Amino acid sequence: MGFNWNWEFTWEILPKLMHATLNTLMAAGFGYAIAVVLGMVFALAQRTPYWVLTKVVREFIEFIRSTPLILQIFFVYYVGPQFGLKLGPWTAGMIAIGLHYSAYLSEVYRGGLDAVPKGQWEACTALNMSTRDTYWRIVIPQAIPPALAGMGNYLVGIFKDTPMLSVIGVAELMHTANAIGSSSYRYLEPYTLVGIIFLAISLPTAALIRVFEDRVRRKLGLK
Amino acid sequence: MSYIEFLKEYGPRFWDGTLVTAGQFFLASALAIVIALIAGLMKLSRNGLIRGIAVVYIEIFRGTSLLVQLYWIFFVLPLFGLTLPKFTAGFVAVGMNLGAYGAELVRGGIQSVPKGQWEAAYALSMSPMRRMWRIILPQAFVNMLPPWGNLLIELLKNTALVALISVSDLMFEAKQINGSTFLSAQTFGTALIIYYVFARFIVTPFMRWLELVMRRKLGRA
Repeated sequence: MGFNWNWEFTWEILPKLMHATLNTLMAAGFGYAIAVVLGMVFALAQRTPYWVLTKVVREFIEFIRSTPLILQIFFVYYVGPQFGLKLGPWTAGMIAIGLHYSAYLSEVYRGGLDAVPKGQWEACTALNMSTRDTYWRIVIPQAIPPALAGMGNYLVGIFKDTPMLSVIGVAELMHTANAIGSSSYRYLEPYTLVGIIFLAISLPTAALIRVFEDRVRRKLGLK
Repeated sequence: MSYIEFLKEYGPRFWDGTLVTAGQFFLASALAIVIALIAGLMKLSRNGLIRGIAVVYIEIFRGTSLLVQLYWIFFVLPLFGLTLPKFTAGFVAVGMNLGAYGAELVRGGIQSVPKGQWEAAYALSMSPMRRMWRIILPQAFVNMLPPWGNLLIELLKNTALVALISVSDLMFEAKQINGSTFLSAQTFGTALIIYYVFARFIVTPFMRWLELVMRRKLGRA
């Protein structure tokens, strides 16, 4: 076959790939939404006075962070049916990728939460605020801005990891490119286009995140 | 089938897979370190063209997915006349990808060496090559070891992707065993635990030890 870029073929498959891009973005968005919430739950669980809970969550996070996402995706997708719980590819994929990134985000939050000065806690105690109010109204709002940089990086990270969902049949970019490749025996165009689409989304996003982060920092008088 | 029987039957295959994963890990690590060093130094070059090449390399490999790169190297490169066996394609893709991330660590590590060290080496009229190799890099190395520990864990995890081009690593064996036994919890659970042990009880302690040794060598511990 050799190297010959076929433009006609390119225009033919581009709409399909664009459509798949939407699915990729959706997968990244859903997964990230799960991770943002669950990550905070994990981070807070490690700050409770119950040491058993703290230890278990800590080990769980370490476990998730040191094992491959792709294996976790397979695990979630295939283990359910063995016990009579059938999950669709989308559901299983979102659980796996959301859980994986929640472990990473919990570490980012942890850094932010630890960075809140002790005086803030003491002031809340002095004002007789409940622990819940203290976290919700005082501590978390201050913990988020320093965590934004890390959160942004993982948003790009989750986007780049969505191709792994193709292995369980989520119809995102990689899955579509594979399908095009195996039906037409042309791999040059689909895989190259997928690479370009990823670059075209992740580079500007990363740049935007930097600008946004800068702005937040300036607004809070950190810079 | 009890879990013990399961392990007796499929243990050897998990072991074979683990060895392939270990091979992928070591080769990809070596490649990533070399690439990171070269690209990191290039990014600090005064020559705009050299810097530009490094930036393009780093942004392309950090801006796209490893899986895309892996497929591209395995399926598209042959069209340009470069056919790599799957094992080679696997660790080359992982190494090139992680090398781009490592390049930023190298750059940061070098920049974190105090300016006085550069000046002192200059005052001793060391050649730029000697200055970099004997004065700057060893200190930069110590500074960047902790993030490299994390990066190597990432690298280990990423080697699992080579299973998708049918390199018979741990992930691949797990997939095969699952396909024939349908004992998903046991199969994927075992593989997860092996990866975990590899990362937590081999890679991490080794990096900790290396940090200690290097710090001692530079008289910082």
